[in-house]
Amino acid sequence: MDVLQKSSERIPLSQRPEYADVKPVPQDDGPNPIVPISYTDEFRETMDYFRAIYVADEQSHRALQLTTEAIKLNPGNYTVWQFRRLVLEALNADMNKELDFSDGIVEGNSKNYQIWHHRRWVAENLGTDASTRELEFTKKILSKDAKHYHAWSHRQWVLQALGGWKDELAYCELLLKDDIFNNSAWNQRYFVVTRSPLLGGLGAMRESEVTCTVNAIMEHPENESPWRYLRGLYRNDTQALVKDPQVASVCLKILTAKNNYVHALSMLLDLLCHGFQPSLEIRNAVYGLSDSGAQGSDLVKVVCSILELVDPMRANYWKWRRNMAPAQAAQCLKDDGLTGLSL
Amino acid sequence: MESSRKARGTKTQEEQWMVENDVGQIYSSVSSIPPNAQSVFLEIRRDNHIQYLMHGLNNLGPSFSTLDANRPWICYWILHSIALLGDSLDEELEHSTIEFLSRCQDPDGGYGGGPGQMPHLATTYAAVNSLITLGGPKSLSSINRGKLRAFLLRMKDASGGFRMHDGGEVDVRACYTAISVASVLNILDDELTQNVGDYILSCQTYEGGIAGEPGSEAHGGYTFCGLAAMILINEVHRLDLPCLIDWVVFRQGVEGGFQGRTNKLVDGCYSFWQGGVAVIVQKLHSVICEQLGLSKVLDSECDSESYHDYETSDISDVEECTVETSCPLGGTCHRRKEDIGVDFISNKRAIAPIFSSMHLQQYLLLCSQEGAGFRDKPGKPRDHYHTCYCLSGLSVCQYCSSADADSPPLARDILGPYSNLLEQLHPLYNLVLDRYYEAHDFFSKF
Repeated sequence: MDVLQKSSERIPLSQRPEYADVKPVPQDDGPNPIVPISYTDEFRETMDYFRAIYVADEQSHRALQLTTEAIKLNPGNYTVWQFRRLVLEALNADMNKELDFSDGIVEGNSKNYQIWHHRRWVAENLGTDASTRELEFTKKILSKDAKHYHAWSHRQWVLQALGGWKDELAYCELLLKDDIFNNSAWNQRYFVVTRSPLLGGLGAMRESEVTCTVNAIMEHPENESPWRYLRGLYRNDTQALVKDPQVASVCLKILTAKNNYVHALSMLLDLLCHGFQPSLEIRNAVYGLSDSGAQGSDLVKVVCSILELVDPMRANYWKWRRNMAPAQAAQCLKDDGLTGLSL
Repeated sequence: MESSRKARGTKTQEEQWMVENDVGQIYSSVSSIPPNAQSVFLEIRRDNHIQYLMHGLNNLGPSFSTLDANRPWICYWILHSIALLGDSLDEELEHSTIEFLSRCQDPDGGYGGGPGQMPHLATTYAAVNSLITLGGPKSLSSINRGKLRAFLLRMKDASGGFRMHDGGEVDVRACYTAISVASVLNILDDELTQNVGDYILSCQTYEGGIAGEPGSEAHGGYTFCGLAAMILINEVHRLDLPCLIDWVVFRQGVEGGFQGRTNKLVDGCYSFWQGGVAVIVQKLHSVICEQLGLSKVLDSECDSESYHDYETSDISDVEECTVETSCPLGGTCHRRKEDIGVDFISNKRAIAPIFSSMHLQQYLLLCSQEGAGFRDKPGKPRDHYHTCYCLSGLSVCQYCSSADADSPPLARDILGPYSNLLEQLHPLYNLVLDRYYEAHDFFSKF
């Protein structure tokens, strides 16, 4: 029986025979508490009864019911949640029913650590059988908020602990088709590509991933997500990034189009700092963007100067990059054993 | 009218356009009034904020029941805000605060969200920071350090991270709150820090920022937590700092404020989480140079005198100095853990700000500031959390160009009247600097 159906129907705990022998424990706030909350009578009574059960460490059915009511009043009370887990274990409760309960709580309170942590605990108890349900559940949450942080974390945990990788890359592609700017979907894509036991790992996937990332960039060069994803594909392998013709090529295309080219310039700057030897076309594309018609041999300086103008929010950062770059490039040449060679 | 055929953007684009529109309207209406009158809009409404904060300290309505397990947080948000505004509590309220927080302290160590609640790392952090903000021997000695250390050790997880509470979630927030508290109370040691660096490192994503858990998305709150914790355990050199820096600077949007994640919306609270990261990074120059394999550091980058000449400095005038002489936070140093917090602040070798301080201040003062209190963005309601982190972000902006902690900021670095100047804070702990020093001295005796 759900005693909280409507607040007008709620029977005070003091009037329920099943709690008759419980002596409620008031909160020990002291005589002059600060940040005092004006609790409703319902809230105060529920918590007074919970404290009694908690202090007595009573792990019974009526204790479980009490945690249900306390959670509905304040889903952020981690002490109640933790105690509830002890009671569920003691009662050897039905974990599937517990997922049903959790469904109801998440409904109005999805941005709450305790709910998601509890769900993880329940799913862990159920094991791999829970995988499908949990993937469906997070999908439902993400359909309303495609960037929901807890939902994504939970989904990742489910995949790693309970499996279900089969359709994950396709799911990412669906979300990206809907909103190519969804950085959470790009992050998930990275997660799948690098960790799915069904794919070959980053090494095997990289080339095809670069191709579709470059396509996304061409669609919207101002979209930061695919640019970061592209760098991510070459994490710990910068020289491969520098040598990949697809990367240089997409930069060139965007710089030539002269529209939304901040990220393209930023990528070019990174490449140059790692020893990239720009083609004449790339040089000319950069000079074409510079008002001052600067044609110095130091492309890094020109790139930074342009960025300071077209990306003024980061002017200080580009100045710092400009000052750091010569030492970096010199270091690169030293590392490659090219010192002394004229370029 | 064929509005249905109008070109639509994706959800991300449309939401962003709406915010840019709201913010743009505020900026254009302010810029259209005469400069003398503008000053009024740029003023921090100090008395109003304090009134709002004091009221919260004494009385919260029933809707706050959902924060009933977070009362030390409400306490910290309010006390820290009051301290940043240069005000303080009367003796009676101080006493009541110490009393109340003592009732939140668990006999076996740590603080819970309220009297009788299990201890929790976040509420422990909030309670300890509240007590340090109050200051004074009575407040500081009320913290049971020995038991607290035992609690922290119990919260250590096999993964290297920390659990928020017994049976609770493990994430980067837990690492930061545990490490920050241990550091400021002078109970940090190898037993506590073991493997923490490994865990935090595994949370740095391909984007450069840090996530809550390995694999999750790079996020401002967790990036602050991860970076600060790594510095406090002396392992910041293990993070890919150039990548982190590139990520964080791109989190500042056209509105002037910071977003929490790539392609998400601006929010006043990230002024501290992200702005704080940007400011912390200014002091890591020599570590960054080491990571880039540079054996020499361009002296103009860390010369405090040339801070304001940053725009005009010419590389050919630069002197070179070695990393060895300038190593404040280099990984090769074996600094004592109790000195890291103090050394971080006293280190004068720092680069000029890498973000736009004035634009951020503009966002905070014109878009986040309300009649009383601060909010996420126009259209959102004010709350104590945003008041705390918006003020913290403002302070960070005001002091980011100061060559050292002892010299006051120049008028040109403060947006609005000079009376807007807030108290300086320690970015690793988010404590008013004077209070931090007092606590450091007090606990260093043990």
